[in-house]
Amino acid sequence: METIKNYFFMDLSVMLGRSMRHIFRSMDTIITVTITPIAMMLLFVYVFGGAIQTGTANYVNYLLPGILLIAIASGIAYTAYRLFMDMQRGILERFHSMPIARSTVLWGHVLTSLVSNAISVAVIILVALIMGFRSSAGVLSWLAVAGILTLFTLALTWIAVIAGLSAKSVDGAGAFSYPIIFLPFISSAFVPTGTMPSAVRVFAENQPVTSIVNAIRALLSDQPVGNDIWIAAVWCIGIMLVAYFFAMSVYKKRV
Amino acid sequence: MQNKAIRVKGLKKSYKQLEVLKGVDFEVEQGSIFALLGSNGAGKTTIVKILTTLLKQDSGTTIVNGFDLVSEPDHVRQSISLTGQFAAVDEILTGRENLSMIARLRHLSHPRQVADDLLKRFSLTEAADRGVSTYSGGMRRRLDIAMSLVGKPQLIFLDEPTTGLDPEGRIEVWKIVKELADGGTTVFLTTQYLEEAEQLADQIAILHEGKIIVSGTLAELKKLFPPAKVEYIEKQPTLEEIFLAIIGQKMEEK
Repeated sequence: METIKNYFFMDLSVMLGRSMRHIFRSMDTIITVTITPIAMMLLFVYVFGGAIQTGTANYVNYLLPGILLIAIASGIAYTAYRLFMDMQRGILERFHSMPIARSTVLWGHVLTSLVSNAISVAVIILVALIMGFRSSAGVLSWLAVAGILTLFTLALTWIAVIAGLSAKSVDGAGAFSYPIIFLPFISSAFVPTGTMPSAVRVFAENQPVTSIVNAIRALLSDQPVGNDIWIAAVWCIGIMLVAYFFAMSVYKKRV
Repeated sequence: MQNKAIRVKGLKKSYKQLEVLKGVDFEVEQGSIFALLGSNGAGKTTIVKILTTLLKQDSGTTIVNGFDLVSEPDHVRQSISLTGQFAAVDEILTGRENLSMIARLRHLSHPRQVADDLLKRFSLTEAADRGVSTYSGGMRRRLDIAMSLVGKPQLIFLDEPTTGLDPEGRIEVWKIVKELADGGTTVFLTTQYLEEAEQLADQIAILHEGKIIVSGTLAELKKLFPPAKVEYIEKQPTLEEIFLAIIGQKMEEK
C-alpha cells in the first residue's frame, strides 16, 4: 500500500501528460476552447459593442470576464468527453488492474481540466490585451481573479466528471455543458442587467455567473468588490462540493 | 501450494437477482496455459474481472500468485496484467507513447528502453511513431498484448484475445501466447473457439451455468468421451487452410 501511495504524484503526472497530448492533438478541442471564445469576443466588441450601453468606455474590459467563463464552460465539456472515451475503450480497466493509485485516473482528468483551461484563459487575455483590454489591478487582485477562475473551473469540472461517468453516448457526455455555456448570456456578462424585464432580471442577478462576473470585473478595474466575491466563492465551493461527492459515488458504483 | 498461479474455491457472484457464478472451483498451474471455455454470457469475463481486481466477489476464496484477492489486491495487481476483450490502447497516442506510458505507471527505470524492446519484439517498430488510430486490428491487438507484458508480470489474463481478428492475426496471437508460456509466464485465456483451446491450452475448464462442469488436460477430456473410431474419410482442405495457403504464396512472391 505504502509503495503505491508514494507514487501518487508520479502516476498523476503520467495521466496529466497523457490527456494534455489528447488536447494538443485535437484541433477540434483547441478551436472550441480558445478560437470560439476569441471569435465571440471580436464579434461582441467590433460588431455589437458599439450599440451596447454598459456605462464604461472600454467594452473589452466589460466583456472579458464573461468570455473567460464561456471558454471554461466549453472546455470542461471535453473533460466529460475524454472520461467517457476512457470508460468506453477499456483503457480504464487496464489502469484499474495495474498497481497504481486508482484515484489518479480521475484526478488526472481534473488536473488536465485545470491546466488546459488556464492555458486557454491566458491566451484569451493576451488577445484581449491586443484588442485594448487594460487593467489597473495589482498582484493581489490578479491572484483573487485566478482563485475565482480556479474554483469555477473545479466546480464545473466535477459536474463534467458526473456527466462523463454516467453518459450513455458521446453526445450525451458533452450535452450537459450547453446550458452552462448559455448562463453567461442571461447575466451581467455582456450587458448590464438593468434593462432586462423584471423576471429575467431576478434570475440574472441571482444566478452564480453574475456574481462571478461582477467580482472579476471589479477586481480587474480596481473597484471595491463588495459582497460579490463572497457570493461567487460560496456558489463555486458549494457546487464543487456537491458535484464532487456525487461524482465520487457515481465513480464507486461504476468501477 | 507454491506452484499454483491461481486457486479459486467456491467463487460466487450475482448481479442483483441474476446469479452468474454459483460456486466456481479451479486451479491454474504456474507457467501453464489455462483456457476457460464457455458460451457467450456464461460468466467468463466476470471471472476475469474478479481475478484482475476489477470486480468484487460475493463469496469464496481466491488466491492469485500467492496473494489473497480480497485482502491484498495491490500485491495481486503488481503481479498480473490484463488484456481485455476490447483492445485497451490509447487511440490518440502513438504505439511508443502507449508502451512508455504503461512502463512509467509500472515505475520501471528505463521506460523508453522497455518500449523500444517491445516494439521490436512485436514488429511494431515501423509504426511506433504513428497514432494508434491508424493501426489495423491485428497491430492494435499486438500493441495491446505488448502493453500487458510491460514489467514482465508473472500472470497474464487474455479475455477472448482473438475475437474479431482475421485468421492471420489469430495465428499471430497464438504464437505470442505460446512464446509467453515457454518463457515461464502463466497465461489465463478465455475463448469461445474450441480450436483455440485445443491449440494452446495445457489445462482446459468448461464453464456452464455458473459452474465448472469439466476440467483437465485435453487428453483427460478426450477420455471422458467414447474412444476414437478409425474411419477413412477424404480430407477436404478447410476454407481457412485455403486462405492461408494463398496468402502464404502471395507473401513468398513478394
